[in-house]
Amino acid sequence: MNAILLLEDGTIFEGNGFGSQGHACGEVVFNTSMCGYQEILTDPSYNEQIITMTYPLIGNYGTNDQDYESSKCYARGFVVKENCDYPSNWRNSKSLNEYLKDHNVVGIEGIDTRKLVKHIREKGAMRGIISHGETSLDVLKAELENYPGLVGRDIVEEVSTSKAYQWTQGVENIIGEDQPEIPSERFKIVAYDFGIKRNILRLLVDQGFDVTVVPAKTDAKEVLAMKPDGVFLSNGPGDPAPLSYAIENIKSLLGEVPIFGICLGHQLLSLAMGATSYKLKFGHRGANHPVKNLATGKIEVTSQNHGFCINLDSLSDKDVEATHINLNDNTLAGIKCDSKSAFSVQYHPEASPGPHDSRYLFDDFRSLIKKNKGK
Amino acid sequence: MPKRTDIKKILIIGSGPIVIGQGCEFDYSGAQACKVLKQEGYEIVLVNSNPATIMTDPELAHKTYIEPVTADVVEKIIEAERPDCLLPTLGGQTGLNTAVELAESGVLDKYGVEMIGANLDTIQKAEERDLFKKVIKDIGLEVPRSGHAHTWEEAQEVIEHVGFPAIIRASYTLGGTGGSVAYNMDEYREFVNQGLELSPKSQVLIEESVLGWKEYELEVMRDKNDNVVIVCSIENLDPMGVHTGDSVTVAPAQTLTDKEYQLMRDASLKIIRAIGVETGGCNVQFSVNPENGKMYVIEMNPRVSRSSALASKATGFPIAKMAAMLAVGYTLDEIPNDITKQTPACFEPSIDYCVVKYPRFTFEKFPNTSSDLTVQMKSVGEAMAIGRTFKESFQKAIRSLEIGRDSLDNKYIDANITDSDLVEKLRGWGWDKLWHLAEALRRGMSVDEIYSYCKIDRWYIENFKEIINLETKIKSMKLEDIDAKLMKQIKENGFSDNYLAEIFNVSELEFRERRKSLGVKAVYKMVDTCGGEFAASTPYLYSTYEDECEANPTDRKKVIILGGGPNRIGQGIEFDYCCVHAAFALKEIDIEAIMVNCNPETVSTDYDTSDKLFFEPLTFENVMDIVEVENPYGVIVQFGGQTPLKLANALMEAGVNIIGTSPRSIARAEDREMFNQVVEKLNLTQPFSGTSRSYEETLEIANKLGYPLLIRPSFVLGGRAMVVVHEEAALEECVKNAIEASGEHPILIDKFLDDATELDVDAICDGSDVVIGGIMEHIEEAGVHSGDSACTLPPVSLSAEILEKVCEQTKALAFELNVRGLMNIQYAIKDDVIYILEVNPRASRTVPFVSKSIGVPLAKIAAKVMTGMTLKELGFTEQVKPEHYSVKEAVFPFLKFPGIDTLLGPEMLSTGEVMGISDDFGMAFAKAQIASGNRPPKGGTVLFSVKKCDRAKSVELARELSSMGYKIVATKGTCIELINNNIPSEFVLKITEGRPNIVDMIINNEIDLIINTTVGAQSIKDSFSIRRTALDMSVPYVTTMRGAAAYTKAIKSLKENELSVKPIQLYYDK
Repeated sequence: MNAILLLEDGTIFEGNGFGSQGHACGEVVFNTSMCGYQEILTDPSYNEQIITMTYPLIGNYGTNDQDYESSKCYARGFVVKENCDYPSNWRNSKSLNEYLKDHNVVGIEGIDTRKLVKHIREKGAMRGIISHGETSLDVLKAELENYPGLVGRDIVEEVSTSKAYQWTQGVENIIGEDQPEIPSERFKIVAYDFGIKRNILRLLVDQGFDVTVVPAKTDAKEVLAMKPDGVFLSNGPGDPAPLSYAIENIKSLLGEVPIFGICLGHQLLSLAMGATSYKLKFGHRGANHPVKNLATGKIEVTSQNHGFCINLDSLSDKDVEATHINLNDNTLAGIKCDSKSAFSVQYHPEASPGPHDSRYLFDDFRSLIKKNKGK
Repeated sequence: MPKRTDIKKILIIGSGPIVIGQGCEFDYSGAQACKVLKQEGYEIVLVNSNPATIMTDPELAHKTYIEPVTADVVEKIIEAERPDCLLPTLGGQTGLNTAVELAESGVLDKYGVEMIGANLDTIQKAEERDLFKKVIKDIGLEVPRSGHAHTWEEAQEVIEHVGFPAIIRASYTLGGTGGSVAYNMDEYREFVNQGLELSPKSQVLIEESVLGWKEYELEVMRDKNDNVVIVCSIENLDPMGVHTGDSVTVAPAQTLTDKEYQLMRDASLKIIRAIGVETGGCNVQFSVNPENGKMYVIEMNPRVSRSSALASKATGFPIAKMAAMLAVGYTLDEIPNDITKQTPACFEPSIDYCVVKYPRFTFEKFPNTSSDLTVQMKSVGEAMAIGRTFKESFQKAIRSLEIGRDSLDNKYIDANITDSDLVEKLRGWGWDKLWHLAEALRRGMSVDEIYSYCKIDRWYIENFKEIINLETKIKSMKLEDIDAKLMKQIKENGFSDNYLAEIFNVSELEFRERRKSLGVKAVYKMVDTCGGEFAASTPYLYSTYEDECEANPTDRKKVIILGGGPNRIGQGIEFDYCCVHAAFALKEIDIEAIMVNCNPETVSTDYDTSDKLFFEPLTFENVMDIVEVENPYGVIVQFGGQTPLKLANALMEAGVNIIGTSPRSIARAEDREMFNQVVEKLNLTQPFSGTSRSYEETLEIANKLGYPLLIRPSFVLGGRAMVVVHEEAALEECVKNAIEASGEHPILIDKFLDDATELDVDAICDGSDVVIGGIMEHIEEAGVHSGDSACTLPPVSLSAEILEKVCEQTKALAFELNVRGLMNIQYAIKDDVIYILEVNPRASRTVPFVSKSIGVPLAKIAAKVMTGMTLKELGFTEQVKPEHYSVKEAVFPFLKFPGIDTLLGPEMLSTGEVMGISDDFGMAFAKAQIASGNRPPKGGTVLFSVKKCDRAKSVELARELSSMGYKIVATKGTCIELINNNIPSEFVLKITEGRPNIVDMIINNEIDLIINTTVGAQSIKDSFSIRRTALDMSVPYVTTMRGAAAYTKAIKSLKENELSVKPIQLYYDK
């Protein structure tokens, strides 16, 4: 036992370290996806989180050169039942262990992850510190005590791009599968990077969009000056409430240009329209969440990753309509505002990892832009 | 939109008898469907010929027809019941095929019956190969390239687009001759020409080879709003080339990235939509090239399948129940998740454990057939194990199989095998390849090299390597040097106490104590569909070695029921039926019912059946672990067949309260010497007999008793290694086999009663009363295993006086053996003398048949008796003597094993059974024959080829058949006898006598029924091809004279009366 996970309530899990040596604080959360750990580790929304995988056997297929959602590993720590050091997959290029080492991320294996998950389920997501190596428990306790957690903090800035750039790559071919036909009529999109996942960018490109990614704090005027046909609000880590700059910018953009938001982008759009947010007990993280599309009555199995949520009740007197509901706990999963040509979803239609059921939302964004242009 | 209100009455078609490829998973799915649809207020009409099913219990449907599952009979049911719709997707391939036949022949239209779940168009698209291929290609997916050729020229064209390596199969050959793989044009030409010659229609199928590719399966559900979810992904450990049913499979998929998995998921969604499964479940099989991920669609089943039962048990998502609800109009979001109750069913289960399914083979029953695995399924059952790692699940799965192996140890194979032979084993398709793989690892062969031979994914080989490395380490250590940490690691890796005790040369109990003293104990985790995300309210548990235990034992009075483990020949669904009834009974009297079993196909492992389900191997270790956590009032070992009985003594010695008949009483009945004293004391009669442990001893007894003799091992089920020996020359071999199967126990030698009538009696005893459940008369003479013999209840040929004596003897034995619960006795009657053949103070294979026949749930009553209730309290005080006849017939797997003889003997070979009911014996027998696929011909030619002593009897039968208009042909001896008795009969040559002979006639469809009896090694050998050809050509055949007599009665009944149908509920009302 050379690694531990210490929780803010004093609970200790002892296990074996893998990946990098060292220690790190973060919010301890769990994800129920049975595969897709490479995408999860590189998703900027996991900034400052220690991720526990509920599926016990992780690392089986290694990591490869394609399945990155960003260039970095944002998770602060990775907790699994059994890490696999002998990956087997034709695309594998590096084992999970090596990958985490390369990215200075601490991993711990050999703990009763189900016990940990149930603990979080019952007590709520909480602060924790993961350590692999010699650091004494007292030092870890002290560090954990000083760690502020996520509520009320802006942790977007550190994951957002520092300068604007163009993204041109679409979804990559893995096994010679059918590729989508890219519409010939092109539109210009500005995507706010609050921690954007690459698969969102890829799917935007596949819609025939010319995509410019801008830093989180980019002023609305600057964006409008670029004369975009649509603005995309990306996913990202942490609490939406303190991101007042983003909320103000969105307020300025509303009504000027069609807007589509995902996850944090959805929360920010909602807040900009006057809704309120709150922290979920342990969040939604997984690739199996049923969401009902209230317009069609159809169910989408969705990929989710959020710890905060928009109050459904806070929409009631606003010019906003709930469009999607998470059926597991009846929380809000999507909104739209027809008068301002804006819509957003709490979950991840870009999946990666997860099912592709909700990709139609990217088509919807295109249709909205097209309709708006026709006006 | 909730359920449909425009339909009221639903017909559900069951899958009929248990056969290889169609096991009791369809009782599980059918029973779920009946239960839920009945709850929803629909009137349920059910047809299934298999009495050993829970679904045919009279409470499960409003009208239960235990009738043949054939289109003509189901039409009669439709005519009588006029259902609004038919649910064809829950009765396996039989249900689906029958529904298709009814739809195609216009019966459904005629009576206005709607097919729900899947319609004709959908079924055809999925089942007809060419249509399926087209649909798949149209949606942009790929199937392996293939083509047909009738000439070498056509074949040359086909290979252009198929490419090498290619598999060449001769079309329309019987028994599936398998394919040849060609890697170049020379080989291709050779195999094509061979194939064209072999094929009766000069056609070969040329297919792109995907041998060595990986195989996956996805379980898909869709509702009428087009919501689709994937319930489970399954990865085959064995590469393409082995039937999925014979493959070790793992859930969820282990070696796919999310990107690859999602492509497979997308493909499955496209397929279920394109094929048009409107509501319900289906499974889609894929193969994936391990070198580049290229994916082919292999097939899809538009129905609930074996894999869906596995997926349901693996995830906790009840596919069949959901499929039934979706079929009547519910949508996935309207149905709550069964396990969490709080969240809806329209989600994809996430599991936090690894599931391994291992097939159970019975090659030992068929020594003359190849035990290599092919695309033809050969396994008769399966075990599933759950653990937190693959290594743990895999090792649990091995010991769940009950094949006498509890590890990958090389003692189970030839440990001295040469390296080059080992490589051949890895290249081959033997069922026990993994033991050879383990041995290769032990000898230091690299993972890559092993992979190059067997194409089992390196991930699995690496896991095996970890197991073997740990094994090597353990073997180098002393028990006292193993500390708590290492002990926990060893157990986390799934090593059994028994194996470890053997390594350390201590008893299992000593090892157990040592392990516990180190604080290393099993904990239980829940199967909750959601990876722990939500609280689960359904206690479905498995063991592992971790920190937290979720067993949460209650302080209620509770009883543990030990199930029967994987199905095998001799121990199948009948015992699961009894276990399920025990659970129902306990729940009724407010005792917590705890089920332990490891068979994913069964109703007993439905978490709905008991109050608490432990999905665990049935070993002493695993059962004791549960006992120690739950602290039950008692354990039931009587209902699960031989599996739990084998544990009875060890459990009792460990202080467990075995309720019902005590293990001591069981031993008194099983142990020959003790039993002899019982028989003597009661002044009853047994065939002359003896016990022995060697050939010499046996020979001595044989000389004393005289031939024929019945030789058998003790403490086995299903007549394993049991034979009738007619001469000394055959004795040695038989004794050797019996001693091997008997293990530590002696073998039994009985004087064989030639041409005696055998009886099976089931009874319940509570200590002060004994009530006979039923007396069954075997159709075949004594010497044919009771599980393989047809039987009738009530008996047809015995006097009331004899039957009265049988009842008296049964009662005397029950009291003397102090039976509490069920007992089964086999008697032989010869010249009005009653001989006791064997007594089994436990639930027997016939309990469900008798229960269905008399309309009394014997197993349920017995379970209550075992908890201390009396038969008087339960209101079962008198034998029910039905006025109708119930006939049980056995169903055999011969067709799946090329080269196997179909003669019946003392070793049980049947996989399943059917039941025919009628007020007339002949008709009941006819129904049983139709249901078992041996339909009596309406007219035509009957072939007689019988052994000398049967000739006189064949005269009567031939006369009867001849008078009904059948033409008689016979081999020389029989023919002369017939002609001498003025029965017009034609002479036909035996195979050894020249041509055209019997076999030619059978192949030319000139024979409609075959009556063939034979004795002695040489004539059995000579007449083998008659029986085998009859089987392959699906010509009805009978191999005993008594069977032939009953068959003749059946023909007569069918001639005189029209087959009519009646639900069992009406038989009981009388």
